[in-house]
This record gives sequence, C-alpha cells and structure tokens, in this order.
Amino acid sequence: MTLGFVLLVHTAFDRAEQVARYFALNDCPVVIHVDGKVRQRTFRDFRARFKDEPKIRFCRRSRVEWGKWSLVRATQVASERLLSLFPDVRHVFLASGSCLPLRPVAELRDYLSTHSETDFIESVTTDQVTWTVDGLEAERFTLRFPFSWRKNRRLFDFYVRFQRRIGLTRRIPEGVSPHLGSQWWCLTRRTLESILQAPDRVQIDAYFSRVWIPDESYFQSLARRFSTTIESRSLTLSKFDIQGKPHIFYDDHQPLLERSDCFVARKIWPRADRLYQTFLDDTRPQARRSEPNPGKIDRVFSKANERRGQGRRGLYSQARFPAPGLENGLTCARYNVFSGLEDLFEDFQPWLARRLGGRVHGHLYHPDRAQFAGGETVMNGCISDSASLRDYRPEQFLTNLMWSTRGERQSFFFGPNDRPEIGPFMARDPNATLVIVTGAWAVPLHTSNAEFEEVKAEAARLQRAELAFLRELRLPGTAARLHLWNLADFIAQPVEKIQNFMQEITGPSPQRLTELPPMRDLSGFPAFLQKLRNAGMKPQVMGDFDGR
Amino acid sequence: MAAASDLWAAYSLRWRRRGLLARSFARHRHLTPIFDRMADVAKDAILCFSTIRNEMGRLPHFLDHHRALGVDHFLMVDNASDDGTMDFLTAQRDVSVWSTSHSYKASRFGVDWLTALMMRHGHGRWCLTLDADELFVYAHHDLRDLHALTDWLDITDRPSMGALMLDLYPRGPLGRTGSKTETDPISTIPYFDAGNYVMIRQPRLENLWVQGGPRARTFFHADPRRAPTLSKVPLVRWNRRYAYVSSTHSLLPRGLNHVYRTDGVEAPTGVLLHTKFLPEIVSKSVEEKRRRQHFENSDLYEGYYDALIDDPILWCDRSTRYHGWRQLEALGLMSRGGWD
Repeated sequence: MTLGFVLLVHTAFDRAEQVARYFALNDCPVVIHVDGKVRQRTFRDFRARFKDEPKIRFCRRSRVEWGKWSLVRATQVASERLLSLFPDVRHVFLASGSCLPLRPVAELRDYLSTHSETDFIESVTTDQVTWTVDGLEAERFTLRFPFSWRKNRRLFDFYVRFQRRIGLTRRIPEGVSPHLGSQWWCLTRRTLESILQAPDRVQIDAYFSRVWIPDESYFQSLARRFSTTIESRSLTLSKFDIQGKPHIFYDDHQPLLERSDCFVARKIWPRADRLYQTFLDDTRPQARRSEPNPGKIDRVFSKANERRGQGRRGLYSQARFPAPGLENGLTCARYNVFSGLEDLFEDFQPWLARRLGGRVHGHLYHPDRAQFAGGETVMNGCISDSASLRDYRPEQFLTNLMWSTRGERQSFFFGPNDRPEIGPFMARDPNATLVIVTGAWAVPLHTSNAEFEEVKAEAARLQRAELAFLRELRLPGTAARLHLWNLADFIAQPVEKIQNFMQEITGPSPQRLTELPPMRDLSGFPAFLQKLRNAGMKPQVMGDFDGR
Repeated sequence: MAAASDLWAAYSLRWRRRGLLARSFARHRHLTPIFDRMADVAKDAILCFSTIRNEMGRLPHFLDHHRALGVDHFLMVDNASDDGTMDFLTAQRDVSVWSTSHSYKASRFGVDWLTALMMRHGHGRWCLTLDADELFVYAHHDLRDLHALTDWLDITDRPSMGALMLDLYPRGPLGRTGSKTETDPISTIPYFDAGNYVMIRQPRLENLWVQGGPRARTFFHADPRRAPTLSKVPLVRWNRRYAYVSSTHSLLPRGLNHVYRTDGVEAPTGVLLHTKFLPEIVSKSVEEKRRRQHFENSDLYEGYYDALIDDPILWCDRSTRYHGWRQLEALGLMSRGGWD
C-alpha cells in the first residue's frame, strides 16, 4: 500500500524541494502544484531540478488565491494527476510547501495501512459547532459572497447584512450536507475518486465555487457523502491565531513539535534550519510514539491567544494604550481609598496598616508630595514622590503604582485638601473601594489655634472641594464600591460601619472588631459648626449635629 | 465636523511629508560616499541606518549585537568623527559609510541624511533606524532573528513596529563606573526604571508620546513636559515616500505610527536599550553643551547638561537590574503581541 502527497507550493521552493525529495526517497509519490502567479522561468527551473526523480511530478498550473475556489480547483487537478499516474496509491495526503513531517513518513504509512479504509479529514457540521474565528458558519453555504473579505470588508459585511435582511438564500444541492474543517486532509483513493468522478460534479463544483472559503468546506462536505469511515481530525498540526493567521513554527518550537506526536505540521518558517535538519533526518533517535496529540500544543497556544486577545488588564504601554471605554479594567488590581477617617481617629494609618496588611500610604495626592508608605521617596518601578511628576499625568501615576506593586494590597488616603484631578478616575474604576466620611476634615480644624477668619476660609475651601468630589461620585458611570457617610451618621455607630467595609476589603472574617483607635474629642464640634454658621458659612457635609 | 478636520489634517500632513522628503533629497548632496557596498546587498536584506559621531566606545558592540539579530547591512553617516570611527567602519565588510561635516542640528538631528539614504536604498526593505547608543531587543530575539520577526510582521500586515527607549544606568555616579568600553555595555550599566512611564496619544500624528524613566525622575521633575520622548518606531518596511518627522519618534504617513493597540490588546513591541549613560557621558556632556547640536531650544537644556556634568547618581534602591527580554515582557515594557 502506498501513500501519495499532493503538494501546493507558491514560495520557499528550496524547502518544498527538500520535503518533496524526502517523500520520494521514502517511496511516496508526490504531485506538486505550483501557483500560477509564480514566474514561468522560476517554475521551469524548479521543475528541472526533479528531472532525475520519477516519483515527483507536476500538474497543470493555475493561479491560486487562498480562500478562493481556485485553491480547491488546484487540489482537484493535482489529485487527479496523482491518482492516474500512480495507480498503487491508496491514501492521498494534501500538504503545502511549508509543511514538515514531524515523524518518519514510514510511521505515517504504517499508521495508514492499519487504517486502510479511514479518511482523516476534520469535518464538523455547521449547525452543531461554532469553531470559526469570524462567526459565519452555516451562512457560508447559503449566502453569496461576490466581494472580497480582505479587500472590500465593508462591502462584504454590507452585502451579508443585506441578504440576511431580505432573506436571500442559495439552495444547497441534493446530497451535500454542509461540513467545515481544516483544509489539510488525508483521503483514501476510494473516497477521493468518488468525489472527483461523481456524476453531478459539474453542479456540485458550480455550487461550491461560490461558497465562502470553499477549501474549508468542499472536501469536508463531500467526504461525508462518499466515505465509509471518517475520522474527523486532521493529521496535520496547524494552529491559527485569533485573527485567523496561521501560527508559524520556529527552531525554538522543536521540543513542542516533538511532543505533539503529530505526523505533519504547518506552517514552518522557511529559514528554520534546525527544524528541517532534525525532522527530515530519519536516523535520529526515535522516541516512543503514541497517537498524535495536538492538544499538548493547543494548551500552549491558547494561552498565547488569550494574552493577545485581551491584553494584560491595567497595563498602559507602548503596546497597549486602550481608548476610553476599551480598557477592560482601568487598573490592574483592587485598591482602597479612605477619606476623613484619618481626621476623625488618632493614628488611624498605622492601625489600618496592621489591620489590612499590604501597603497603606498617606495622602498620595497631597499637594506637596506623594506620601508613600514608610515615608519612602521612590516606590516600586522607580515611581517618584515628586508632586509635579505625579500631577503631569495623575491617572497614570495611579495605574503605574498599581501595576508596579501587583500582588500587594494598596490603600491610601484622599481628602479635599489633595489634588482633585484623580477623583473622576477613581469614581469610574470598579477596582476602587472608596470609604468616605464627609465633613471629617473639619474635626482637626475645630481644635485649631489659628485665627477664626483663617479657619473659616479654610473650611469653606475644603467644603467646596469635597462637594465637587461628591458631585463626581454621583455622575452616571460611577463604578467604584462606595461607602459613604456624613460625619454625624458615621459617629452614631462607627464600629459596625468600620467592621462592614473592612470585611468587604479583607474578606469575611469570624473575628469581630474589638479595638478601635481613639476618636478625637468632638464635644466642642456642634458649637464650632454653629460658630461657622453665625459667621456666614453654611456647613453642609457634616450632617446633622443639632440634636447633640 | 470631526471628519472634515481629519481630512484637512491628512491633507496638510501629506504636504508636510512631501516637504520633508524634498528637504532630505536636497540634503543628500551633503553626503560623501566613503565606502558604498550597497551593490552586493540582497533584495530581502534587513538594513540598519545610523548617524554617528565619535562612537568608537560603542560601535563594536553595537555592530555585534545587531549582526547577531540578523541585520544584513549597516548604512552609517559619519558626522566628522575624529576618534578613529571612520577607519573602524571602513574595515567592516557589512557597513557602507557616508561622511558629512555639515550641521547635525540643521539636518534635523541627522534625520535628513538618513531619509535621503533610505529613499535610495531602503525602498521595499525592512529598515531599522537606530542611534549608536541604542540596542534593539524584542521578544524571542535570543532565538529568532530579525528575518523571522519581519516575515511575521509581513504576514500579519504590520508595516512598522514600535519600541520603548529604556535608559540604562550604573549603580554609582555616572562617570565613575569602572569599565572598559569594549565590553558589553549592558553589564557596565545594567539598571533601569521599571514602571514610571507615562504617555498620551498625540492627535495629529496619532503616535504615542511616552515619557518617564530616570531622566524625567532626576533631571526634569520640575518640568516633566520637557522630559525626553521615549517612544520610537525604529523598524519599518520602508517605502521611498515615507519620512521620519522627529528623530524616529514618529513618521509619515501617520498610519505607520499605529504601533500600539487601542482596543485593549497588546501589539508586538520591542525595547531600545539606551546606553547613553556609559561613563563617557560626563565628558561628552561638556562637549555637547558647547556644540548646542542636540535640542531645538538648546538654552532650555543647559541645566540638564550641567546636571550631567555634575556626575549624578541615577540609581535608587527601587531600580531594576536587566535580565533579558522575558523580564521586560513580564514588567509590561514590551509585548510579544501574539508572536509565539
């Protein structure tokens, strides 16, 4: 029993020659189809190289466009020629010039001789599986595609929508059940001859010549019509990225390719010398072989596709600079922002650091400098505490800090005295947990020894800033987790409220909060507010202290 | 109407590009061919273009590094070196040399000269335009050469690839790092800033403007807007109608500046390891300050040169030591962009 190869070649002729000779040397006849776009002289030179090799023959050339009917046509012509020139061929293997056998071809032949009646062709029915990258499955068979997807994408999309709207469809010919699959197959002589010699082939071909990407559906559908035993998988390992471009294998993929136990792989980079050297050398030590297992490679590549498909969340770089709305997460991890509590309690920051772990910074947006935890002047990633560097791109200061401290919980304080530009960003960020006690900034003021006029002016300024921040938090699109109280409400039951947001941050814990840092003395606070009121200011954000 | 103003921008940029090309074409008279080996260079060769002045300390390693990456031929413009650079270059078999003694600044920091050469020799080829103190690295560069990369860029319809310029610096004061210049500069100055880069998209040229790094941190913290630009587009499948606008930071037509993705996905990008801060920087800064050839408004950068002449320390205890491209990728400074 003999195995024959159909080789579709349009470039990298040296590699195609190498592979074709390897097949011929191992008693496998080869028929090569050279793309009609290749210059006549190049073609003649190429053909002349095989004068001495009766097992390598050529077929009539035609211009091939990938994804078009011409590709199927070329395959038909080459297959017919192979079948008629080499009558002892039992299996026909379709390959391209950038395919490379990963196991000695003798092993493939043995494998096929134990499966002498089996057609190896991936063939998936369209109504059960969605496997194509772009979505069009069943409609490939029922719509018309006069416009090129690559060159006239808009027209293509428009015409598809138009046909859907109007309900235009084509009739699928009798006996054809639409199936899709990898264009690389290995068919038995019986099946292939049945396809090529079918009495209604003219009609079938006419139909498929207008199906979109017929090389993924012609043989895949017709094999279902004639084959007795279909093994629905391709013997050729080929991977596609999410844009539908084939993955290319390089020298450093050698261990991966060896482990796959597949018979043939594509596409191989033509300059991957080591791959060609290794895999075309049948004298190399052979590992114990098992069934082909492309799944091993799938796992590696699906990870790559995932990274390519989504990008790393919260990364802003020369590679990834998402437009507004396409960030898929503004920052890379959750963080906590506290406002007011540090004014209400004494030594709140160290207490919080003990409770929360991770890094608890001071006011990162303080007008003088970024108050990093521990008084550091430079943080991970060499982020400087300079106020002007921070205020140059305040949002990226935060995203950079989050990115550079990945894996460590970050918390910081933010109040009405800080630079306000970052406010709207935090409000929109679902990673932010904002814990705000409004009006708490007035607590240190009321015990201040400064002139009352100054205190009043300061209170007015801070209240204006806080009201602006609160307005931002009320805008549509706010996604931050919000814990918001005014001072009066908060001090009514502080333990319960602190317990509540601490649990949200650290996760549920059976321990109840027992100790709180000491709260500053508020006995003179209502009188202070009244004094402000009497002086003409209107304290709004502290809540109702009149009843106390 | 946004669309109309965009059309207008495209139209005026077209004229700007034509102006740049005409200007470069006129400047090609400034160049004297010293050793032109371009006749033997293959059609699919990858070319590296560079303008240099007194770079004997860096050139041997610069050439070795990029040869190993698969650059087939170097096209160098020598701007009046007097340290033996010219003799060294003419002795290299894969280097073509032109010489000029005209003003570097008046030639848009050498870009006009290079554009003239690229127009003539770069058409249809992949061109890597670098300064002598830049070492290009990209994902898998230790295992796959530039031909593998450019073939893949071709297949995925990408005409250009971007890179972040990453300033390397030593642990101690810049000028006092004991080293022999002929050794690998990366081992002399192995530290960099890993995560303080900021950027915006520039609406007109549609390029990404990246700043940050140790220079912004130490020299420009008072006025970050003036900090050096770190984004570059060094690798382009050239066409004679293309033109770099300012250094290799951006080019026209502006579609070539779309080397970053705006849909949340990561595009393939590289890093230019910037070896500016080798010990000689201190003495070189004295000369550069005098020559006033490196900035458009040289007066504004007097302080910068003074700071460099002062022999500063860029290192801090948050600095990261370079360990290769995988580290850079993990840090988010470069991406393989789906090239596995």
